[in-house]
Amino acid sequence: MGWLDERLGIASFARKGLRKVFPDHWSFLLGEVALFCFVILVATGTFLTLFYRPDAAEVVYQGPYAPLQGREVSAAYESVMRISFEVRAGLVMRQIHHWAALVFVASVVVHAMRIFFTGAFRKPRELNWVIGVVLLILALGMGFTGYSLPDDLLSGTGLRIAYSVLISVPFIGPYLAFLAFGGEFPTAGIISRLFVLHVMLLPGLIFGLIGAHLAILARQKHAQFATSKSTERNVVGKPFWPGQAFKSVGLLLITGSVLSLMGGLIQINPVWDYGPFDPTVVSAPAQPDWYIGWLEGALRLFPPADVSVFGILIPSPFIPGVVMPGIAFGLMALWPFVEAKLTGDRDEHHLLNRPRDVPFRTGIGVAAFLFFLVLTIAGGNDVMAIMFNVQVEAVTNVLRVAVFVVPALGGLLAHRMSVQLQGPGVGIPRGPVRLRRNPEGGFEEQH
Amino acid sequence: MTPERVISIAFGASVVASAALVVVYLTGGDAQLEGLLLGVALGGLGFGVVTWATRLLHEDEVTEERPPLGTGEATVEATGQMLKDDEVTRRSALVRLLAGASATLAAALSIPALSLGPRPGQSLFRTRWSAGKRLVDLDGNPVRPDAVQPGAVQTVFPEGEVGAADAQTLLIKVDPERLQLPSGREAWAPEGVVSYSKICTHAGCPVGLYRAESHELLCPCHQSTFDVLTGAEPTFGPADRPLPQLPIEIDDEGYLVAMGDFSAPVGPGFWNLQRDDGEEQLS
Repeated sequence: MGWLDERLGIASFARKGLRKVFPDHWSFLLGEVALFCFVILVATGTFLTLFYRPDAAEVVYQGPYAPLQGREVSAAYESVMRISFEVRAGLVMRQIHHWAALVFVASVVVHAMRIFFTGAFRKPRELNWVIGVVLLILALGMGFTGYSLPDDLLSGTGLRIAYSVLISVPFIGPYLAFLAFGGEFPTAGIISRLFVLHVMLLPGLIFGLIGAHLAILARQKHAQFATSKSTERNVVGKPFWPGQAFKSVGLLLITGSVLSLMGGLIQINPVWDYGPFDPTVVSAPAQPDWYIGWLEGALRLFPPADVSVFGILIPSPFIPGVVMPGIAFGLMALWPFVEAKLTGDRDEHHLLNRPRDVPFRTGIGVAAFLFFLVLTIAGGNDVMAIMFNVQVEAVTNVLRVAVFVVPALGGLLAHRMSVQLQGPGVGIPRGPVRLRRNPEGGFEEQH
Repeated sequence: MTPERVISIAFGASVVASAALVVVYLTGGDAQLEGLLLGVALGGLGFGVVTWATRLLHEDEVTEERPPLGTGEATVEATGQMLKDDEVTRRSALVRLLAGASATLAAALSIPALSLGPRPGQSLFRTRWSAGKRLVDLDGNPVRPDAVQPGAVQTVFPEGEVGAADAQTLLIKVDPERLQLPSGREAWAPEGVVSYSKICTHAGCPVGLYRAESHELLCPCHQSTFDVLTGAEPTFGPADRPLPQLPIEIDDEGYLVAMGDFSAPVGPGFWNLQRDDGEEQLS
């Protein structure tokens, strides 16, 4: 320590860091889980990168998996097969990587929901909210580019739909699609482009933005729930060292442990079952990874409405595939500013709301969540049709109504419940309750 | 059990699992065992550390001041003044020229992005089908109309172009009496064999499922359905345009042969799709 301090003058800075106060609440750990998933993704991903080949060239499969022996597959697919069957510890690394990706996006989403429902995005934390939304979009991009790399039948279907959405953009769609894919789908060059995005550009951006996210967090200090001690002008909690540091390291290890157990014991993305990509074949039912399900569902539910304006065609994937996600992410990113405008509240806030404290926000949040939930369910309408033994048309028609009705009802219900929970006599009183005897001889709460 | 003992057992389990992990790896590896042991190795360590934190560390809650983030109007003002240094802002023409030159440079530097792909040109309007091309199956063998099985679909390609993605075509045999093809296509279905592009007009998936009893093609991706009898008009799902039909006839040797390209551009829609009508392509 002395050696370093004499050269970097680091001791007082380190002491300040070790003393940094962390308010204690389980929901503040959700962001940490996301961070630790990213760490595990980088570690396992580095291992996989050493064996993966981003190459669409056709080779004849001669590995140990008998059903595919002698079949022409891409070098990319062959290398994923080699990782799965021949590279020692390759399969467990691949499966941990895939599970970690699913949990990564899930923890980012749940973390964002915690921030939203507690109003932690309010001034002065708007910037960090916007960075968080960008991180969410990048996480989705990481997931999509990642599961496209094995060049199996399922991932090829995802790419084909992405191409169709891209080409649907008015005026520039064909150019965009040809620039992104290097020509008309399917193209041989797309694999190496996705690879560069997945292992260099996107992780680099995520790395930088996580740094900014944490730096802003440290500068602004944590928000906290209201207690008898906490106010807008202080931070109440435990110092970083040793308790919080131990807990965080423990959480990293436990996250790694759970993902290892899942990666070892629960099969995921068995590309040998799907087979190599073939542009004339598609498996059914085909579902993307869970976090793309809402987009897939939107494409499935949207009515057949190719609009033609002055001979210019607006194909039906454009609205659910480009406009709807654009509005959704735009509104999400701008929400702190929208809410400040609506409420006229421009004050700094460091004390968090409980969801019931702000019924209109909670109602909107619940409605948005249900909207995406119904869309995600719609992404599996064919699976449900098989499960419930009904026509897929019936499932689709029900969901076309549900996607508007369920969020509306759920939002109203959440609003109503929030208002009622604020009322007297419900919930657990915070702090000591003082009772006063009134002139009539009864008791009443003193506030 | 004392916390020390619990933590010792957890750390001990981690050591044993880590050692076993090495043994499993060296003796050939096994995905399930590796995951299980790694889970125990990490989990034991994690559980021990968390137990240590919650049961052995007795820390008091501390309260830290939260100084205001803003540094005050005066500082903001002074910083703004510094940025508006007279030596810079005075020369507004030069400032504008600098901005313009930077923007031009940025535009010039972004142009190489065009290397990423060719211009679409006519490629979205054309496929490899042309008049006189025989329909061949996946093995490259030409197809006779009587070899097409009723109630099933068969994928065919232009002769010499097996695997050409935009030319993949479905052959379906139906009762010629029941066909209600759009006018002008009466001769496109010899002996009741109709042929449609296999690429969905919604999002480009291969339309691989066929419900023979209702003569409907079903896309497995988004469940668009197309009526084979009426020129593959969409009947359900998000697709709004029919599957383009391939005009076919029977040649002198009795094989199916194309009379031209599809009745419309194949695959997912794009903005100027309708500017190139089907008639022109049949020439």
